[in-house]
Amino acid sequence: MSSTIVSLPDQTTATLPKHTYLNNEYGLKSWLLTRDHKRIGILYLITITFFFFIGGAMAGLVRLELLTPQTDLLAADTYNKVFTMHGIIMIFLFLVPSVPGTLGNFLVPIMVGAKDLAFPKINLLSWYLNTIGGIMVLAALISGGVDTGWTFTTPLSTHYVNTHVITAGLAIFVTGFSSIFTGINIIVTVHRMRAPGMTWFRLPLFIWSNYAASILMVLGTPVLAIALVLVVLERTIGIGVFDPTKGGDPLLFQHLFWFYSHPAVYIMILPGMGVISEVISTFSRKRVFGYTAVAFSSVAIAVFGFLVWEHHMFIMGVSSYSALIFSLLTMLVAVPSAIKIFNWAATLYKGSITFETPMLYAFGFMGLFTIGGLTGVFLGSLGMDVHLTETYFIVAHFHFVMVGGMLMAFLAGIHFWWPKITGRMYPENLSKLAALVTFIGFILTFFPQFILGYLGMPRRYAAYPPEFQVLNVLSTAGATVLGVGYLLPMLYLTWSLKYGKIAGPNPWQATGLEWQIQSPPVVENFLETPVVDYEAYDYEWLANKTRNEVHTVG
Amino acid sequence: MHTFISPVLWQFLVKWLTHFAIFPPEASGIAPYTDALYFYLVAISIFGFVLVVLLVTVFSVLYRKERSPEATQIEGSTLLEATWTIIPLALFMVTFVWGALLYFRIFNPPTNAMNIYVVGKQWMWKAEHPGGQHEINALHIPVGRPVQLTMISQDVFHSFSIPAFRVKREVIPGRYTTVWFEATQPGEYHLFCTQYCGTLHSQMIGTITAMSQQDYEAWTAGSTSGMSLAQNGERLFASLGCNSCHSGDAAARGPNLAQVYGAKLPLSGGGYAMVDDAFLRDSILNPTMHQTAGYAPIMPTYQGQISEEGLIDIVEYIKSLHSNFRIQQTLNTSQVQNAVQEGISGAGHSGEAAAHPASAAQPKVVSQ
Ligand code: HEM
Ligand SMILES: [Cu+2]
Repeated sequence: MSSTIVSLPDQTTATLPKHTYLNNEYGLKSWLLTRDHKRIGILYLITITFFFFIGGAMAGLVRLELLTPQTDLLAADTYNKVFTMHGIIMIFLFLVPSVPGTLGNFLVPIMVGAKDLAFPKINLLSWYLNTIGGIMVLAALISGGVDTGWTFTTPLSTHYVNTHVITAGLAIFVTGFSSIFTGINIIVTVHRMRAPGMTWFRLPLFIWSNYAASILMVLGTPVLAIALVLVVLERTIGIGVFDPTKGGDPLLFQHLFWFYSHPAVYIMILPGMGVISEVISTFSRKRVFGYTAVAFSSVAIAVFGFLVWEHHMFIMGVSSYSALIFSLLTMLVAVPSAIKIFNWAATLYKGSITFETPMLYAFGFMGLFTIGGLTGVFLGSLGMDVHLTETYFIVAHFHFVMVGGMLMAFLAGIHFWWPKITGRMYPENLSKLAALVTFIGFILTFFPQFILGYLGMPRRYAAYPPEFQVLNVLSTAGATVLGVGYLLPMLYLTWSLKYGKIAGPNPWQATGLEWQIQSPPVVENFLETPVVDYEAYDYEWLANKTRNEVHTVG
Repeated sequence: MHTFISPVLWQFLVKWLTHFAIFPPEASGIAPYTDALYFYLVAISIFGFVLVVLLVTVFSVLYRKERSPEATQIEGSTLLEATWTIIPLALFMVTFVWGALLYFRIFNPPTNAMNIYVVGKQWMWKAEHPGGQHEINALHIPVGRPVQLTMISQDVFHSFSIPAFRVKREVIPGRYTTVWFEATQPGEYHLFCTQYCGTLHSQMIGTITAMSQQDYEAWTAGSTSGMSLAQNGERLFASLGCNSCHSGDAAARGPNLAQVYGAKLPLSGGGYAMVDDAFLRDSILNPTMHQTAGYAPIMPTYQGQISEEGLIDIVEYIKSLHSNFRIQQTLNTSQVQNAVQEGISGAGHSGEAAAHPASAAQPKVVSQ
C-alpha cells in the first residue's frame, strides 16, 4: 500500500489546442463522410439524443394516459402504439447504441492507445445503418404505427394486427447489423490494436465491459434477426413456423426472441458498468478494488447471460425441469453484478473522494441498480415470478436497471468525458442539480410501480381498476420531475459548447490514456504511439508524471 | 385544513386517499406461501440496499477529500471479495430452492381438483363448467375446494391472472395449459389478461366470484344451460361422424374410445403415448401426429371445422366414455333414420338435420 495526492490542475490558464479533430475539417460533408471514430461517436450522440427525446415524448403520453383509470386521453389502440414505439425506440435506437456507439466509439481506440478503430469505414456504415433503421421506425410511426409491443409476440404480430409490423421488424433488423458492426469493431480493436505495453490486465475496465458487451452483440443479434425475418415471412407468405394450425410452434418465437433479448439487457448494462468503474476510480483517486474480479465479472455476465433466456417464459408451460435450471442460472448471473457493486463500494474505502457530477450519477447508479438487480432475483425465483411476471413489477424492475442503471451511467459518462470530447467544462452546480432532480424523479416514477405490480396491475393496460389510481398518479408526477432532470443537461451541455470553461487535457487528474492527450484530441489521437508501462488506475504514476512536468516547466 | 378548500374537493380527496390499495387480498391457499417468499425477498433486498447505501455514505463522509487528502492504494482482498460473493450466492440459492418449491406447489394440482375449462379470445374469457354452465368474463367457484382450469386460446397468447390468488398462467393457442387454486375467502376478485393481446387488452378483464359451497351449488343449479359439456360432446361426436369409425365394434376402422382417457396407447411408430386432453385434441385436429398402432392413417383432419369449445365438449365426452353403449345407440338411431328418410324423399331432409345433426353428417363421412 502507498498513498497518493492528486491535485486538480489550474484551469484558468488552460487554452484550447489549435488543431483538434473538431476543427480539422468543416462542413456537413466532412462529418457525413468522416472515418474518424471520434466524429462518428458524435454522430451517434446526435442521433441517439434525437431518438431519446422522441421515445421520451411517448413515455410522457403513456404516463399522462395513466393519470386516470379510464382511457380518456388516448384511445386504446393509440395507447398501444405509443407504448410499442416507446419500447422500440428506447431499446433499439437509444439504449443499445448509447454507450457503445457514442462513448465506446470515442474512447475505445484512445483507451487502448490506437489511432482509430480497426475498421473505420464499417464503423461509419454502422452509424448509417442505425440511422436508416431509425428512419424506418419513424416511417412506421408516421404511417400509422405498430401495436405489437417491442416484444413482437406471435401470433399477434404475424396474424392478428394490421399495423406496420413489417416496417418496424425490418428496421430493427437493419439496426441489428449496426450493432453487430460496432461489436466486431470493438472486439478486433481490443485484440489487435493495443499500444505496446497495454496488456489485457492493464486495460481500463471500461474496455473490458465494452468488450464483453460486444461479444453479446455479435453472437446474440443474429438470432434476433432470424426471429424477425421469420415474423416477416410468416406475415407475408405464411410459412407457418410459429402458427399452430400449420404445425408451427408459437413458443419457438419466444425462445428465439429471448435468446437475443436477454443478452440484450446485458448489452445495455455492461458498457454502463464500465463507465461506473472509471468514474468511481477517478473521483476517489484510487484503483478499482479487485480489478480482476470486476473484469472477469463482466465476462461471466456475458457468458451466463446467454443461458437464462427461459426465465421470461416460466409461466408459458415450459417443462418444469428446464425451468429449474434456468432459474438456477438466473441466480448465478446476479452474483457477478453483486460483486461489482461491492467492489465499487470498497473502492471508496481510504480514497480521497470528491463529488463532481459524474460521481453523483455513479452513486445514483449504484443505488438504483442494486434495487433493479435484487428485484431481478425476485423474478428469477420461480414461484415468485408466477405472481409478478407481466405486471408493473416487471416494468419497475427493468426501468430500475435500464433507466436507473444504464441511463444514469450514460449521463455519468457524458459528463465525465464532456471535457475530453468538447474541450470545455459543463456548469458544475447546474449539473449537480440535474443529477439530484433525476434521482428524485426516478424514484418517484418507478418505485410505486413495484407496489402496483404486487397488487397485480398488468403491464400494457390503457385502463385500470380505480384502486390503482393513487400510485399511478405518483408515478406520473415523478415522470414530470424526471423529464425536467433530462431536459436540463440538454440545455446546459449545449450552452457549454460555447460558454463552458476551457477544460485542459486532464481536468479530473484521471489515469486513462485518453486523459494524457489534449482535449479535444487531434485527429490521430496520439502524436506518437504511446508506450504503456503502468497499470490501469495507477495514481502514483500520474502523480510522478505531474510532478516531473512541473519540474521540466519550472 | 378543510376550511381552506371546498368541502366537495375535500371529500373527494379523503375518499381517494383512503380507498387505495397497497397490498392485494390473500384469498387462496397459495397466497400465504407466495407472500412469505415475498417478505423474505423484500428483507434481503432491504438488507442489501441498506448495506450498499451505508458503505457509500460512510466512506463518502470518512474519505472525502477534505478529511482524507491522500488516497491509499489497495489492490483488493481475496478474502473480502470471497465474502461478498458467497453471501449473496447463499441468499440467492435459498431464494432459488424456495421459489422452486413454491412453483411446484402452484403448478401441480391435487388429484381431486374439479376441472373447469377456459377459452381465451380477443378480448374475452369464456368459462365452461362441466355441468354446461357458460360464463363470459366471470368465473364462479366454490371456496375450500381445489379448482383446476384447463385453458386454451383460440387466437393469440393471453394470460390468466388472479392476483388475489397469486396465480397466473399463459393461455396459448394450440395447446392446453392448466392452473389450479383453492379459494379461501368468499368474495369478488379481479381477473386480468396479463399477456398483451392487442387493441382491447385492458378490457379483457373479469370477476372471479368465490362462493361458499351452498351458494355455489345454488348458482350451478340456477345457471345450467340444460346440457352438460359431455352431452354437447356426444352430439358433436355424432354430427361430425366420429362414431362411424370409433364405433367400438371389433371391425371398426378407428380405435375404441371407451376408457381410453388416461390410458397408455401403443403408437404405430413404436412407443406409447399418455392419453390426456392435449392428446385427444391433437388427434382430432392432426390425426397423423400420434397414429395408434394397428390402424390405418385414414382419419380426416377436423382443423377449421370445430371450435375450441367444441373440442372441449368432445374431449369431455371421451373422458366420460366408459363403454360404447351410447355410441352404438346413436349409430343405430341415425342409420334407421337415414334409411327412413331416403325411403321417404330422396332430397331435402334439412328439417330433420337440425334436430338430428347426426343424420346430416353421416353420409359424408361414410363415403370417405
Ligand atoms: C441482476 C441481474 C438480473 C436478474 C437476476 C434479472 C432477472 C430478470 C428476470 C427473471 C426477468 C423476467 C421476468 C419475467 O418475464 O417474468 C427479467 C426481465 C427483464 N429484465 Fe432483468 N434481470 C437482471 C438484470 C437486468 C438488467 C441489467 C437489465 C437491463 C439493463 C434487465 C432488463 C430486463 C428487461 C427489459 C426485462 C423485461 C423484458 C420484458 O418482458 O419486456 N434486467 N429480469
Ligand atoms: Cu432476462
